Amino acid sequence: MPEIRNYTLNFGPQHPSAHGVLRLVLELDGEVVQRADPHIGLLHRGTEKLAESKPYNQSIGYMDRLDYVSMMCNEHGYVLAMEKLLNIEAPLRAQYIRVMFDEITRILNHLLWLGAHALDIGAMTVFLYAFREREDLMDCYEAVSGARLHATYYRPGGVARDLPGTMPQYQPSRWKSQKEVDALNAIRQGSLLDFIEAFTDRFPGCVDEYETLLTNNRIWKQRTVGIGVVSPERAMQMGFTGPMLRGSGVEWDLRRKQPYEVYDRLDFQIPIGVNGDCYDRYLVRIEEMRQSNRIIRQCVEWLRDNPGPVFIEDHKITPPRREEMKADMESLIHHFKLFTEGFCLPEGEAYAAVEHPKGEFGVYLVSDGANKPYRLKVRAPGFAHLAGLNEMAVGHMLADVVAIIGTQDIVFGEIDR
Amino acid sequence: MIEAVINFWEGLPVVMQIMTKITLIVAPLMLAVAYTTYAERKVIGYMQVRLGPNRVGPRGWLQPIADALKLLTKEVILPTNANRFLFLIAPVLAIMPALAAWAVVPFDDGMVLADINAALLYILALTSMGVYGVIIAGWASNSKYALLGALRSAAQIVSYEIAMGFALVGVLMAAGSLNLGDIVRAQQGVSVTGWFVWPLIGLFLVYFISGVAETNRAPFDVAEGESEIVAGFHVEYSGMAFAVFFLAEYANMILIAALAALLFWGGWLSPFGGLVSESVLAVPVLGWFLGDGIHWFLMKTAFFLFCFLWFRATFPRYRYDQIMRLGWKVLIPVTLVWLFGIGVAVALGWQPWVV
Repeated sequence: MPEIRNYTLNFGPQHPSAHGVLRLVLELDGEVVQRADPHIGLLHRGTEKLAESKPYNQSIGYMDRLDYVSMMCNEHGYVLAMEKLLNIEAPLRAQYIRVMFDEITRILNHLLWLGAHALDIGAMTVFLYAFREREDLMDCYEAVSGARLHATYYRPGGVARDLPGTMPQYQPSRWKSQKEVDALNAIRQGSLLDFIEAFTDRFPGCVDEYETLLTNNRIWKQRTVGIGVVSPERAMQMGFTGPMLRGSGVEWDLRRKQPYEVYDRLDFQIPIGVNGDCYDRYLVRIEEMRQSNRIIRQCVEWLRDNPGPVFIEDHKITPPRREEMKADMESLIHHFKLFTEGFCLPEGEAYAAVEHPKGEFGVYLVSDGANKPYRLKVRAPGFAHLAGLNEMAVGHMLADVVAIIGTQDIVFGEIDR
Repeated sequence: MIEAVINFWEGLPVVMQIMTKITLIVAPLMLAVAYTTYAERKVIGYMQVRLGPNRVGPRGWLQPIADALKLLTKEVILPTNANRFLFLIAPVLAIMPALAAWAVVPFDDGMVLADINAALLYILALTSMGVYGVIIAGWASNSKYALLGALRSAAQIVSYEIAMGFALVGVLMAAGSLNLGDIVRAQQGVSVTGWFVWPLIGLFLVYFISGVAETNRAPFDVAEGESEIVAGFHVEYSGMAFAVFFLAEYANMILIAALAALLFWGGWLSPFGGLVSESVLAVPVLGWFLGDGIHWFLMKTAFFLFCFLWFRATFPRYRYDQIMRLGWKVLIPVTLVWLFGIGVAVALGWQPWVV
């Protein structure tokens, strides 16, 4: 009689639903998972160590590349930590812009999550619908920073530049005739704020569209209800944050509990789940998209009525205006100093956390008074979530592992750092 | 002239005649398979607000040809420790029944390669053969993903075969014949009233759902579930060996759609049958269109093929155990109850579908 052993399956790193480079060693009894052992580190780029060798302001761009689907939120955590140590605050307009782009980023992230999660469970159409809206939001990124993904837009003391009055336009090409280009440019005629406002008008309808495909779909429910259940106590013990924690019914949102920037002035609600399964987390994220849309709307209205500076005038920290730099000796020196050696932070340490789309994204900064961090530690939400994968997956089937990876909204940029 | 052709045809040896007929079925079938892949990409593309292939040839029409050429010129990689013989025989085992089943399909009244009386049994027997290709491919690949895919697929196909068989038994009871041509002729009536889909609507739904499951198409594509077990049983196949699996899958899809048209939707019968007068039928093009003929059969088949693509763009994928539950606990009981109902009706001599 041969010995009966569990079947060990190497899931990834080259796997369509490994969400990047997750390597998961699965022990299967038939198709039932006995043990799920995630192996990380395949996307390790040493961001934290790299930051120790660069002036503070030159590391902002690396933060974009941590969680590469919610770029500006990562910058936000880092910039907030610096501002805390410098003891400065961005002007109100800059804070509103940051909040608006944080929420745009949240929608960007949740759209990608929704598409990928649905694709993992086999509903391929949602993915392409979600990407249609992502295109528009990336145009907003492009309008303010020139880059569609890695923006480097938030700076200590404000944001890189004020919102532009025009949107980038499509150009006719071999593939797109003038007529098609005109149709595409029709919504891009006004300012960025007009474009975002038009987006907030149509976005709730788009969310309804995704929901018709999934929310009441019997197969979708069969695949998500009761899968990967996490009790509120366990979720807190395992360090879950964000929708993973709220899906289990814990009302914890840094935007509400520890308000930063202008979140205390805005009207929005925090959705929470009841059962802590994949379906509840799906509903939580869908509702978060609607709430983000509301926040964006409020920010657009405020920003329209209140022009003003978007960075502080302390040119030891923020760069001087271009025209001043050409005429004024002091500004030239400021510019040169800022872009060669950066600025020094006072000795000390600071931890700043933001409600990132995936959870609590924290940056712990230790400064020895130099122009580079002595130590930078990033608290990535996905790391704690991935650590809970084994507990969530045991006893479920192979296909459910895929659903659980999807519901955790894992991105390896931040986990491996 | 026509007489000369007929004389030449009748002068040919029987083997040659049969070979010619086979060619006339298989060649358009292969073309249809190729363009089903193109239609799939286009239809799903438009459903997903994108364009689908449009680069190779005008509007992308040459895309399937380009794909075929690419696959033909690629190497068939044999994995280490794979069983060479079984690995290579598996795609053949998959495509052989998918093509052979077409021998008994009547395209029009009398237009059939083998007009046998056990046609329905023949089809059931051959479609069950297809699972061997899948199992052998999964086992011979020496890959864990392939093995999982093969096991899932074996269990799934075997279970759905039962539901499908029962659904076909209902048709057999209603028509009183196993011959596909006779089954279609039994559906003759005014317009669509004679079609078996009305008295057998439950069986039709079971048949079509089982058909989707039998061909491993979404939402029952767990055997090759892209996001779970990568490509399932054919994960280790490349080049033409892979293409043969692909051909078999699509040939099976077309077969299921064609059978749905034949068994439940009146095959070549026109929905205008009995409604338009003889004089209208004598009008050259219009009359041909409104009358019975192969074009109705093809249109019905195309519609069911479209449904396959539609499902794929709409539904999430079932989990393996949920598929089994659906098959055993829902579909099979439904067919049993329906069969009992038909049995009672036949026994009492109350057969409203017989016109």
